[in-house]
Amino acid sequence: MYSRAYKAAVAIPPLAWVITFLLIPYAALFCYSFWSVSPSQTIVHTWSLANYLRLVENPMYSTVLLRSLLIAASVMICALLIGYPLAYYLSFHATKRKDLLYQLVIIPLWASYLVRGYAWKTILGTDGVLNGLLRFLHLTNHPLQFLLYSPFAVVLTLTHIYTPFAFLPIYASLEHVPRNLIEASHDLGAGPWATFRRVILPLSIPGVLAGATFAFVLTFGDFLAPLLVGGNSGIMIANIVASDFGAAFQWPLGAAISLCMLLLVVGTLFATESLERRLKPS
Amino acid sequence: MRKPQQHGRQRLLAAYAVLVYTFLYFPIVVLILYSFNGSGVGGFPPRGWTLDWYRQLFADAALWDSVFNSLIVALLAVAIALGIGLPAALALDRVEFPGKGLFRRLVLLPLILPGIITGLSLLMLFTGVGMNLSLVTITLGHGTALISVATTEIFAGLQKIDRSQEEASLDLGANYFRTLRRITLPNLRVSLIAAALLIFTLSLDEIAVSFFLIGRENTLPLEIWSRLRQGMTPEINAISTLILLFSIATILVWYRLRMRSGRQQEPTGGFLTETIEGETP
Repeated sequence: MYSRAYKAAVAIPPLAWVITFLLIPYAALFCYSFWSVSPSQTIVHTWSLANYLRLVENPMYSTVLLRSLLIAASVMICALLIGYPLAYYLSFHATKRKDLLYQLVIIPLWASYLVRGYAWKTILGTDGVLNGLLRFLHLTNHPLQFLLYSPFAVVLTLTHIYTPFAFLPIYASLEHVPRNLIEASHDLGAGPWATFRRVILPLSIPGVLAGATFAFVLTFGDFLAPLLVGGNSGIMIANIVASDFGAAFQWPLGAAISLCMLLLVVGTLFATESLERRLKPS
Repeated sequence: MRKPQQHGRQRLLAAYAVLVYTFLYFPIVVLILYSFNGSGVGGFPPRGWTLDWYRQLFADAALWDSVFNSLIVALLAVAIALGIGLPAALALDRVEFPGKGLFRRLVLLPLILPGIITGLSLLMLFTGVGMNLSLVTITLGHGTALISVATTEIFAGLQKIDRSQEEASLDLGANYFRTLRRITLPNLRVSLIAAALLIFTLSLDEIAVSFFLIGRENTLPLEIWSRLRQGMTPEINAISTLILLFSIATILVWYRLRMRSGRQQEPTGGFLTETIEGETP
């Protein structure tokens, strides 16, 4: 029903834009990762694997990468542990105030990222709100130093920021669980726990996977929370990229790390997709 | 026989939910409280209620410049994202072309890819063609990253449109452009406005992409960021409180629109959930 001209008119502008501003930049990232920087601070356009070899040889990179993966996994697990029961409660038990409770989870999502990170900084600091509260209650005499500038602070802050992202798809999948299946399960004599484990949980797996992926991937690429609350022990892989593209002027090395990150993220997405297909109850 | 046990479990879950909401809102409440605190950020209890930080805020010219910059960038980003996102959604909905799968993935990639990667690959493009970093590069960055949001929102809207109206219009002799203007766009109105609001808010808050594309002039988040690095002042609490109020106002408008578009029967999380659940393109 659509003419060639119509099809060209709707397809060509977005294609052109996406090629210019997404495909070419990603290709540039790919190329840079094989180049190097001369002593006089210019980019040398000769191809080599030197950047990647450096990433493998210097243990600093694998340490930070491992830490980033651990932090991302921790945030993912915390977000699921917080998000799933909440979504379950809202979907099955909160009857009258369901809409309000749902929107109360979303509102923090709309509060600026920076604002939330900053709020945790003011809470966890040596002179912060939490230490002030503990001293006010005479629970401690000295401020607790370990609260701020630690991987713990990064996990706490990012869990707070990304829990709504995990909650949303889980809630959506629980809402889609056909209620008559639950009744059928009860009628056939299954207890609440068996119903949850055999009916509700399997049907909510797609939501859990989506929420887990979101929390994991978003945390993995974060570099602002570590700068705000992480300190030296909370440095993550994206922080190294950011400094390579800032003062350090190591664009090619930064590009190589970014490309590894990109592959990891895309790999995670594909893995989730295939896992979802395998676990999908038919 | 099952009843009392069920009540116990329900109460346990409710108590857990209360804890979760406390966790979600504690930082936000702290933030707002300390914007009125006379003795600066931190410490407990807050003492010396004051509006001084708000007064200081309103006299802060550099901060308001950055607010103005952010508003301009956000408006232009909305224009770009909708200008490209609308044809992209139309193309994904009704045109078959080679590389469509790749195109779809590319458009949606910035939604899930860490902002830092989108930001610095654009940095390479702009320096490669010799463009100076400025609000223009930030605008292009925001626009490009947020096409993903525009496309998913508008695509979801297109799926709900009754195609027969368009067919009738074409049969009656209206050309494609006229049909788009008179039939398709009015039907998409709610999706377009919702997408615009969402993109506007996301752009106002964007920092990871902007971080690498910033020139001499700051956007609001980057201005706040540079001040955070110098030290904490309740002035930041004050501006954060205002941003929060603004976001809540926007979200209320957005929800009203969604309700009107009849999506409340499907209480999902909107664009995010639709994307990850694969209901969209």
